[in-house]
Amino acid sequence: MTITEKILAAASGKASVEPGDNIWADVNVLLTHDVCGPGAIGVFKREFGEKARVWNPDRIVIIPDHYIFTKDEKARRNIDILRAFAAEQGIKHYYDVGTPSYKGVCHVALPEEGHVRPGEVIVGTDSHTCTRGALGAFATGIGNTDAGFVLGTGKILLRVPATLRFVLNGRLPGYLMAKDIILRIIGDIGVDGASYRAMEFAGEAVAGLNAEERMTICNMAIEAGAKNGIVEPDETTISYLTERGVKELRPVIGDPGAKVERVTEYDVDSFEPCVAEPHLPSNYARARDRNDVKIDRAYLGSCTGGKITDFLAAAGIMNGRKVAVETYIVPATAEVASSLDSEKIGGKSLSAIFREAGCMDIAPPSCAACLGGPADTFGRTHGNEVVISSTNRNFVGRMGSKLAPIYLASPLTVAASAVNGRITDPRELL
Amino acid sequence: MKKDIIKGKVYVLGDNIDTDLIIPACYLNLVPTIPEEYEKLGTYAMAGLPDEYPPFVRPGESKSEYAIVIGGKNFGCGSSREHAPVAMGAAGVRAVVAESYARIFFRNAIATGELYPCESVDRLCDAFRTGEDAELDVAGSSIVQLRTGRRFELRSLGSAAPVIEAGGIFQYARKTGMIG
Repeated sequence: MTITEKILAAASGKASVEPGDNIWADVNVLLTHDVCGPGAIGVFKREFGEKARVWNPDRIVIIPDHYIFTKDEKARRNIDILRAFAAEQGIKHYYDVGTPSYKGVCHVALPEEGHVRPGEVIVGTDSHTCTRGALGAFATGIGNTDAGFVLGTGKILLRVPATLRFVLNGRLPGYLMAKDIILRIIGDIGVDGASYRAMEFAGEAVAGLNAEERMTICNMAIEAGAKNGIVEPDETTISYLTERGVKELRPVIGDPGAKVERVTEYDVDSFEPCVAEPHLPSNYARARDRNDVKIDRAYLGSCTGGKITDFLAAAGIMNGRKVAVETYIVPATAEVASSLDSEKIGGKSLSAIFREAGCMDIAPPSCAACLGGPADTFGRTHGNEVVISSTNRNFVGRMGSKLAPIYLASPLTVAASAVNGRITDPRELL
Repeated sequence: MKKDIIKGKVYVLGDNIDTDLIIPACYLNLVPTIPEEYEKLGTYAMAGLPDEYPPFVRPGESKSEYAIVIGGKNFGCGSSREHAPVAMGAAGVRAVVAESYARIFFRNAIATGELYPCESVDRLCDAFRTGEDAELDVAGSSIVQLRTGRRFELRSLGSAAPVIEAGGIFQYARKTGMIG
C-alpha cells in the first residue's frame, strides 16, 4: 500500500484498502474556521439536537482566520458563534480573536500549534486542509455537512484515492521555490489533472525542502483537483514536529513497490521561475516570457505564500531596493508576524527591510485579500488592478474585484516584480 | 433512486466553473443553516460570473428561473465552501449536468442533498443554450432537449448513488445504521 492507503486502512480498522474502496475512517483532527464553522455547528445541532455533545472536544480545532479585521456584522457574529460553541462543548483548542491565543491562517497555525501528526487523518472545512500532507498526514477538505457529521461521530465516509506520484529529482536552485514546482506540475496536468487522486511528492528535491516549502506544494494539490497531497515523513518532518512539542510520533511510510496509478519524474534544475496567468492556477508561463506585463499591486501572504520562508525569500530581493507598486505584506500567523521582527538579513529585520522598501504597513495575520472577503478587507481589489500574488488561486474575482486579473507566483518572483513594477524573473535581481 | 423528473430551463456554463464564480467570498458571512441566510445565499447564486453573462437570479427576485445548470469539465472546482451547492439549491436549482466535477463540490452536493450532480457522457454545454427547456430523468439517466427532442445519456452515479438515493449523508448514515 501507498502511504495514503496505509493511513486510511489503519483509520478504518482494515488490514488493507484499495483505490475505490468506500470506508468509514476515524478522524484524528477536525479543523474549522469562521467561514464554515458556524454552518457546520448548525448542521451538528440540527441533526444531533441542541443539547448534543461533540464526539471528542480535544480533537476539534477551531481557528478563526478568514474575516477577522472587518466591521462586517455577520462576520463578527460568526466568531461569536464559534466562541459560544467552544465554551459550550469544552473545546480547548479554540484560538479566539482579540486574545493572545489568536493565531491567524489555520493551515499554518495547525502545524505550528502541534495539531498535525504523521499517519493521522485530518479533515477540515477548507479545501486547503490538504496542506498538512506535507507532514505525512492524510488531510483533506470537506463541506459543512460532512463536518457536522464528524462533530457528532468522529467518522467520515471516504473513497480511497489512487495515487499519482511526482518524483522531483535534483536540487532546487536558489532562484526557484516550492511554488515554482507546484505551478509547473499543475500547468502540466491541469486543474483537474489529479481529480479524486492522492498526489504524492517524492525525490531528492522534495527531501531538500523544509517543512514550510512542502506545505506550499501540498497546499496546492487541490488546485489540480486532488483529494490530498502528501510527502512521506523524514528527518525534516520529525525535527519540525519535535520542535513543536509533538510527542509519540508514529510515522507511516508507503510499502516499497506499492502500486500507484502513475509516476511522473521531473528534473527540477530544468524548471524556471514562473507565473500562473489569469484565471486558473494551470495557466503556466515562464516569468521571463511575461516580463512585459505591468503590475499595479504585489501581494505576499496566505497559507501558501505567507510563511517565514516566503518572507525571507521576498526580503532577500527587496533588501536595499524600493518597490515600484503598492506591496502588501500579510503574515499568515502571529508567529510569522513576530518572526518578521526577529529574523534578520545582514543585521536588518525583515520588517525593516519591507518598510524601507516602501511596502504598505504590515497587516495583522489573517487570510485577508487572498479570497476577497468583505469590502473592508485589507488588500482586497476593488477595480481593475493587475495583481501578482504569492497566494494559491487566481479565479475571476478571487481577490475581490471581477475586473482585477491575478498572476500567481513564488514569493521571490512576487518580490522581484514588485521592485520592477512588471512581472520579473527573480534571476534579474539575485 | 427517487423517480425525479426535472423539467425546466437550463443555464449553460463551460469548463472549470469555480466556487468563487458560484458564490463569491464576500457572501460567505452568511450561514447556510440560518433559514433567512439560506434564502439570501440563493439570491447571490452565480453572482461571481463576469457581468456579460445573463443574470442567474433577476434583480429583485429571490429565485432563479433556471432549474438545471449545464456545465463542462471540473464543475465546482476550488473551495470547499458548501455555500456553493447551497446557494444554487436555495435559488431553486434542482440539478447540475456536467461532464465532470471537482471532488468537494460533488461531495457537498450529495452530502447536503441540495441538488443532483449528474454526469453527462457528451459535452452538453456545446449542445444546449441558456434559456431553453430540458427534461432531466435522474433515475433514467437521461436528459432531453425539448427544442430538438434529442436525448442525451448520463453516467451512472456509481458509489455515490446510495447516498443520493437516501437524500444526503445523514439520511444514508441512519439508513445504514451508522448513526441512530
